[in-house]
Amino acid sequence: MSYCREEGKDRIIFVTKEDHETPSNAELVADDPNDPYEEQGLILPNGDINWNCPCLGGMASGPCGSQFKEAFSCFHYSKEEVKGSECIDHFRNMQECMQRYPELYPQEEDKDESTAPSDSAALTSESDSTAVTSAVSSDSTSPTDGQTAS
Amino acid sequence: MFSNIKKSRACNAFYAWVLEMMTPTGKSRSVQAGRQQNKFPTVGSTPASLKLPSHAPYLLLGGGTASFAAARSIRARDPGAKVLIVTDEPDLPYMRPPLSKELWFSDDPSVTETLRFKQWNGKERSIYFQPPSFYINPEELDSVENGGVAVLTGKKVVHMDVRGNKVKLDDDTEISYDKCLIATGGVPRNLQVIERAGEEVMKRTTLFRKIEDFRSLDKVSRNVKSITIIGGGFLGSELACALGRRSTESDLEVIQMFPEKGNMGKVLPEYLSNWTTEKVKKEGVKVLSEALVKSVTYKDDKLEIHLKDGRLVKTDHIVTAVGLEPNVDLAKSGGLEVDSDFGGYRVNAELQARSNIWVAGDAACFYDIRLGRRRVEHHDHAVVSGRLAGENMTGANKPYWHQSMFWSDLGPDVGYEAIGIVDSSLPTVGVFAKATAKDTPKAATEESGTGIRSESETEDTATSAVASVTPAPVVENKDDYGKGVIFYLRDKVVVGIILWNVFNRMPVARKIIKDGEEHADLNEVAKLFNIHED
Repeated sequence: MSYCREEGKDRIIFVTKEDHETPSNAELVADDPNDPYEEQGLILPNGDINWNCPCLGGMASGPCGSQFKEAFSCFHYSKEEVKGSECIDHFRNMQECMQRYPELYPQEEDKDESTAPSDSAALTSESDSTAVTSAVSSDSTSPTDGQTAS
Repeated sequence: MFSNIKKSRACNAFYAWVLEMMTPTGKSRSVQAGRQQNKFPTVGSTPASLKLPSHAPYLLLGGGTASFAAARSIRARDPGAKVLIVTDEPDLPYMRPPLSKELWFSDDPSVTETLRFKQWNGKERSIYFQPPSFYINPEELDSVENGGVAVLTGKKVVHMDVRGNKVKLDDDTEISYDKCLIATGGVPRNLQVIERAGEEVMKRTTLFRKIEDFRSLDKVSRNVKSITIIGGGFLGSELACALGRRSTESDLEVIQMFPEKGNMGKVLPEYLSNWTTEKVKKEGVKVLSEALVKSVTYKDDKLEIHLKDGRLVKTDHIVTAVGLEPNVDLAKSGGLEVDSDFGGYRVNAELQARSNIWVAGDAACFYDIRLGRRRVEHHDHAVVSGRLAGENMTGANKPYWHQSMFWSDLGPDVGYEAIGIVDSSLPTVGVFAKATAKDTPKAATEESGTGIRSESETEDTATSAVASVTPAPVVENKDDYGKGVIFYLRDKVVVGIILWNVFNRMPVARKIIKDGEEHADLNEVAKLFNIHED
């Protein structure tokens, strides 16, 4: 059973696991997915790419940001059967640029534990409710500029 | 409320495509052949003789977290943007929290040089947001094709001409701008009694904020017998715990003194502040609470701290952690409003001070639509407000809405995360369960596989808390406050929440603050946090 005590203006409640088993009856306000004030994920409600999404890490803002944007845009809007198949040139530009900055965009070959410092994790405000998965971990060939910008 | 799986598919799909493009056999050869030296020289100190830009479309004053976040935001939204950061520090932008936490726990003896640290999960990172190769040289800002971010170090802005849209540096250089961000943070406050105490005392006092302060304090801690930290808030308590841990390996005495009754006395309700103080003592710190400093003298090669109640403390070195004085140097010349209640430049909900001028980070006193006018001195706020300023500088017109959070760890066994207004003078309701061995900051990061807490909060969104199958063993705890959630109320509305040894629940907390509803039974609200589970 839960029990409660007061210390002046502060109230302290102790609860057991059983006390909290019944579902909460607290009412939360329904979220508006199109709220313009809210932080957006990678894809905006209108289908555009949110280049400022923390999940991109510094990809869109770094020295190869323009090339990255072109490649990703091409891919995103691609309607080909093999999605992105018409974007090879953009991809190549991006890759060439990234090779000039191995510190920022580590390639698989020279990946070691102490990779380039990433601003993505340090910079991303905690729990931007954008989906960030670990599908591409820091050990993969992702050309991201750091560890967890997936 | 939780992550939208649809968004992650877009991310996943792109990276799957990238992976595929990168694996064809030709890649290895082209990678070898294509690898060149970095074409652009690394950013070093800028010799005065080279030609600096006389105009920067985006001029960011201050080279800290808020500025860097704004720079990234601007570059993301304005293709080819040319951003110039001007900082009086010698360093490129870096993150501050590790200076009073992780860096102290590093095993690497060269940590003061590298400023890198290994997390519990083995991942290493630098405190610098980006290495020098990320930036372009200020002299190249005008000519570089796709724009970039340039950092001008070691220069102070001394005058702002709002009508002429330009600033003047301490070397009389003038730089004009289209859009300007003031993100100059602040300087640590000192105690008047120390300022008046003379050279010998000042020489042995550290006002802790920057990389150089970390380096010097690290050196001091290896060469003295006793260090006293004045201040019982976040910074003071974190440094005390960090040095306290060091004291176990050497015979360093670590003392912490403050006027409140317990650590974090201005933030935590008294019962929790007391509990925390016991924890700090366990980290090897001699805590003197209700301590007001009357005077400090230098005598017989020791510092003597005389307290108002008659106590005398003899020590070798003092660290003052008594708050931050926000930098409003440009208020006068720029005709910018300063807030008399909170300090800092007064800005609106969109972080704008005047036309073409925004302020973000520690120096910004802004209007928070939900919580009212405030000024926040935390890392995540610098990130959130910096990003927002950058968005608004590129035409977004969004108000401060996404509530920032903060966190603190007192050693590896106790940690909390907080959001909103957490002022101990407010009425609070705390809902607690008993802690198990699994409920520590260390366990939280190990489980989520990330290093810094801020990473873990960001990355771990697609998964929600999963109850462990076998109940974790209950740790023998004298204290009752193992883990729980504490609500801070203003007019019956929750304006602040602390997650006490409960991690990865910040989205729920943020939602409750955002709703701003009156809840009749906070225990019901507490249920939303699943405090009994991992």
